[in-house]
This record gives sequence, C-alpha cells and structure tokens, in this order.
Amino acid sequence: MEIKVGMADLNVCGSPDSITTLGLGSCVGVVLYDPIVKKCGMVHVMLPDSKAITNNQNVAKFADTGIEECLRRVLALGAKKERLVAKIAGGAQMFSINTNNAMLRVGDRNVEAVRKKLGELNIPILAADTGDSYGRTVIFYPETGSYLIRAIGKEPKTI
Amino acid sequence: MSNLTLEEMSTTYYDVLKEIGNIGAGNATTALASLLGSKVDMMVPKVMMLEFKDVGAILGGEEQEMVAAYLGVEGDITGSILFLTQKESAMMVAKKLLGDFCSDELGEMERSAVKEVSNIITGSYLNALATLTGLTIYPSVPDLAIDMAGAILSVPAIQFGIMGDKILLIESQLTNEIEMDGFFIMVPEVDSYEKILTSLGISL
Repeated sequence: MEIKVGMADLNVCGSPDSITTLGLGSCVGVVLYDPIVKKCGMVHVMLPDSKAITNNQNVAKFADTGIEECLRRVLALGAKKERLVAKIAGGAQMFSINTNNAMLRVGDRNVEAVRKKLGELNIPILAADTGDSYGRTVIFYPETGSYLIRAIGKEPKTI
Repeated sequence: MSNLTLEEMSTTYYDVLKEIGNIGAGNATTALASLLGSKVDMMVPKVMMLEFKDVGAILGGEEQEMVAAYLGVEGDITGSILFLTQKESAMMVAKKLLGDFCSDELGEMERSAVKEVSNIITGSYLNALATLTGLTIYPSVPDLAIDMAGAILSVPAIQFGIMGDKILLIESQLTNEIEMDGFFIMVPEVDSYEKILTSLGISL
C-alpha cells in the first residue's frame, strides 16, 4: 500500500508499504528511517519555525515540531532512536521576482531549519536533494531505504 | 503580528473578493477579447476557501502540470498574486495570440504570450481592487513557472500557512472561442488585509 502524506501533514509506515507526498515545492519532505526494523515516518514541512507564528496548532506544518512529532510516531511504531537516519528532498524556489518579500526564500529556510533540527536530535542525513526551482514528487520505500524523486521533464532519481 | 485568522475574517473578505472577482473578470474579458481578436465570455467567478489537502484535487491533482504567473504587489498594500491555469489552456491561448508562429511546445515565444495574457488577467483584478478600495497598488514584473500544481501552490500556501490551514482562491472560467479555467490567488500580507477592509469602510 502507498501511504499518502498531504501538505503540512505527516504519517508513518513499515515495509512492504511505501509513503509518498506529491508535488513538493518550497516545502521539504523529511523521512526518518530505521533500516533494521524497516519502519519510517515522513513529514511534509511547510514553514521553518513554529515559534515565529501564533497559529501553530498543526505541528506537522513546521520543521521543529513536525520532525519531533514524526520522531515520536516512528518510535511508537518500533523504530529505535539510535538507528534512525534521515533523507530529505524539496525546498525549491519556485519563482524569482524582484520583491523584498522574504517568504520567497522559504525553501532555503525550510531546508536550513530541517538540517538544524535533525542535527539537534543527532539524526544523520544520509541523502538530500534540495533547492533548485522545480517541484518534486517523492516516494520512500522502507523495504530498501530508497527515496525516489520524480520531477516534470527530468529522469526519476533515487537517493 | 496580528492574531487574526483566515477563518475569522473570511465572511467579509469573501464578499470583497467576489466583488473584485466580478469587476476584474469583466475587465479581463474585454481586454483579452481585443488582444486575441476572439469572442471571450467569462463565467461568474467562484470564490473558494479550501483546506491545503483539498487544493490539489480542485486543480486536477497535485501532479497536474500547470502554468503559473507570480508577481509581487507593493504600494499601499504588500503581498503577492498567483495566476495559474492548466498547461493545455495556456497553450490554446498562446496559439490564438501567435497564430502560425506558435509551435506545440512552450518555448520562448509561447511563454512570452502566456506571460502577456497572465499580465492582462492579473492586471484586471488588481485594477478592480485598486478602484474599489482607492488604494495605490504597483505590481512587479511576473515570473512564469511550469510545474506540478502542488509545487506551485506551495508558494501561496506557505504564505497562507502563517495564518491558518486554508487557502482562498478565485476560479474564473473563460469560454466561447477560448476555453480556459484560471485560478487566481491573492495573498496580501497580514496588515494589508486590514487595509483593504478598512478602506472599504469595513471595521474588523
């Protein structure tokens, strides 16, 4: 079965299922994975910091709270913290216009925040495909640990 | 930062958007008809407030290839505007505009034609907003992207994401000799919502 993760959403699964999020733009698809028990969690991070915003009830929306909640869920599924590794993709800058709007750079800021949070939790990032200016559909297979990335007009790649 | 959520301001703001939609659509129809030399009619625009997770479905799936023009807005209010339509409709409009010069791919010429049409449509909406509110609004030069609906929508969604978990969009359908289903998303920065509403004599 393929588990779908929506925008600002998270979920977990184990082999033989896979987990996917469609059309990532400036958002980041973060996967936490335990290769021994083949369990994983995915969070679709939209914004870098829950503390910068008052309406922050949806924990999955932010890098800090989203990764924490994803960690809690994947551990509850039987993963061990010390075995967890991460793979990340997304964080594109979809448009470039001349404006002083800092939100346009949110892709980079999301990736930075994700790296920072994973660093704090001592979860190593095994692979990353971030930045640039195109959308990505991502699928993670806990059976093999491969993270498949599809984009329009590009060959699919696995990281 | 204001604590106002999208849900709280929605009823009044809905009506404002609808009115902007009506006037804007009218202006756009006239402008497009004369540019393309075609008969263009526009359906009454629909204003929708959607959960992030449902947005993809409305546009034909998160992976649906869309053409989008994105521009910044400055002046009395600040924010951004996104106009997006399916790639097929964009190609159809490019063909009308370029005639024999149009190829089947979205190359330099076709992109430029699509940009021009997006400019006219977004400009018509902005004009409607400026006329209605008496505010001065300057749009930036737009940037065009052709990509998956989900990826494009992440840009306004992130901006709405600061205020809530929903996104507001106006759907306008062009018919007659042109078939185009266009989605118009206006994302004023938080303070600008209040400016728009107060300038219309609506107090929050």
